[in-house]
Amino acid sequence: MSLTPQDIARIANLARLELKPDESERMLTQINGFFGIVEAMQAVDTTGITPMAHPVAAIQDITLRLRPDVASEPNQRDLNQQSAPAVERGLFLVPKVIE
Amino acid sequence: MSDLHNLSVKALATLLQTKEVSAVEVATRFLARMGGNPHNAFLDIDSEVTLAQARASDAKLADGTAGPLEGVPVAHKDVFVTRDFDTTAGSKMLSGYRSPFDATVVQRLRTAGMVTLGKLNCDEFAMGSANENSAYGPVQNPWDTARVPGGSSGGSAAAVAAGLAPAATGTDTGGSIRQPASFCGITGIKPTYGRASRYGMIAYASSLDQAGPMARSAEDCALLLSAMCGGDIDRDSTSLDIPTEDFSASLNNSLEGVRIGIPKEFFGEGLAADVRAAVDGALREYEKLGAKLVPIRLPRTELSIPVYYIIAPAEASSNLSRFDGVKFGHRAKDYTDLVDMYKKTRAEGFGNEVKRRIMTGAYVLSHGYYDAYYLQAQKIRRMIADDFQNAFKQCDVIAGPVAPSVAWKFGENANDPVADYLADIFTLPASLAGLPGMSVPAGFGAGGMPVGLQLIGNYFKEAQLLNAAHRLQQATDFHLRQPEGLQ
Repeated sequence: MSLTPQDIARIANLARLELKPDESERMLTQINGFFGIVEAMQAVDTTGITPMAHPVAAIQDITLRLRPDVASEPNQRDLNQQSAPAVERGLFLVPKVIE
Repeated sequence: MSDLHNLSVKALATLLQTKEVSAVEVATRFLARMGGNPHNAFLDIDSEVTLAQARASDAKLADGTAGPLEGVPVAHKDVFVTRDFDTTAGSKMLSGYRSPFDATVVQRLRTAGMVTLGKLNCDEFAMGSANENSAYGPVQNPWDTARVPGGSSGGSAAAVAAGLAPAATGTDTGGSIRQPASFCGITGIKPTYGRASRYGMIAYASSLDQAGPMARSAEDCALLLSAMCGGDIDRDSTSLDIPTEDFSASLNNSLEGVRIGIPKEFFGEGLAADVRAAVDGALREYEKLGAKLVPIRLPRTELSIPVYYIIAPAEASSNLSRFDGVKFGHRAKDYTDLVDMYKKTRAEGFGNEVKRRIMTGAYVLSHGYYDAYYLQAQKIRRMIADDFQNAFKQCDVIAGPVAPSVAWKFGENANDPVADYLADIFTLPASLAGLPGMSVPAGFGAGGMPVGLQLIGNYFKEAQLLNAAHRLQQATDFHLRQPEGLQ
């Protein structure tokens, strides 16, 4: 299978990436080049195999933990916002979303 | 003492504990070597911070509250967030970013007494095998500055090889500790997935990312790994709740009767003759040490390339969605609305390889393709992990090359990302299976470049790997050699 320029445009939009025309073109060639080596995967019979998310699940049951929903961190708003691009009165600023 | 930079972590720790040198003296010596940023290994250096930590270590050494590695310097790969240094992950997206907290691994090494020298260059968001994807320029290999140091922990490997730091942290998602360690002639270990906390380690592919130490010897790696590992159950949901371990305890165990599995698939056509010769030499040493070589099969070795390059980008596309120009990092200057701001910010902040992986990941996770790619890859991932379990019925440790060739020259693979992907073939299987793996200097190949031997152990068998590596290093001196002309 091969991706089309339309696929690249659709995915770039989903991934919120603005691509220049020459960048899209290069991306198309390179991603299709990569999918050339993915073909081998499609031929593998995986009937009855459970997908593996945590690798150590190969030898023991692994359940991802949830901790109680209680605040464990102190409030450090200033520190958390020190690297934000735009902040005012402790709030993150973004372009207007609702008219 | 003018040769402090040639001493091992262990030797430095002893000199510091016996007060033959002070932490400030040691830190000063390394800071002097780091001046001018040789090999472009560092991304952030702040001598005031380092010296303040060294003074605090000297105080602890004086009042008897010192940790086991008190005053020994370490430098961190720039994907570990740090309160006192900038953290960029090698990306323009995080230029000047300052974290409000320290990664657990950073904090644990501080608790053990280590003094931070600075932050080390790496491929952007740890995506790369040559350190050519850093937004801050490539790192040079100290053995030949026209060659890549490997990646993604290229700064870590170069810094240790060039005597800019006695040890460094790295992260390994598909080989990013083992391959640069091999290319730069140092020792590095990636522990079992879940051993070291991922808290504060900027996520690339969450089900694969694992932290580990890089140093000159297995003995030094054992010291750092013992301090780095341990459950972090409240902060990392994938951290395994297992007690800390003293990985130095069994370094000297005999290898008599130990079965070393040799996977046929690691010694095929793609393996360069010079690498093969060095690896074969190391295997002969093991036979002299009493180990038995056993042929084994890892039949899905080649499949690990597409499987990895589906799973890792899928997870990356999700993890990197947080970089949107709102809460931290770069924001584009001109935009029309919120979505346009996201798109332009991400277009400007990310480099080519990162964009490619985000695109691939978003595609394989998108409607209609998820089952065929992502899910299929996760199923084959289990088959690969099962192959290892079968192999470990016949052997205790698996050995083979780390990479098909020695470090290549800059620009050789530049227009062909797939060429870099293919070169990861021997490190990807253990990554997908979450097994511990390490690189141990095994000799030299073309152009006098170092060759690493890869050792892979079963889950939680880091001590056994380090034992095997240490015994080899008692019998050989490859790990002690240094690049010519090193000051």
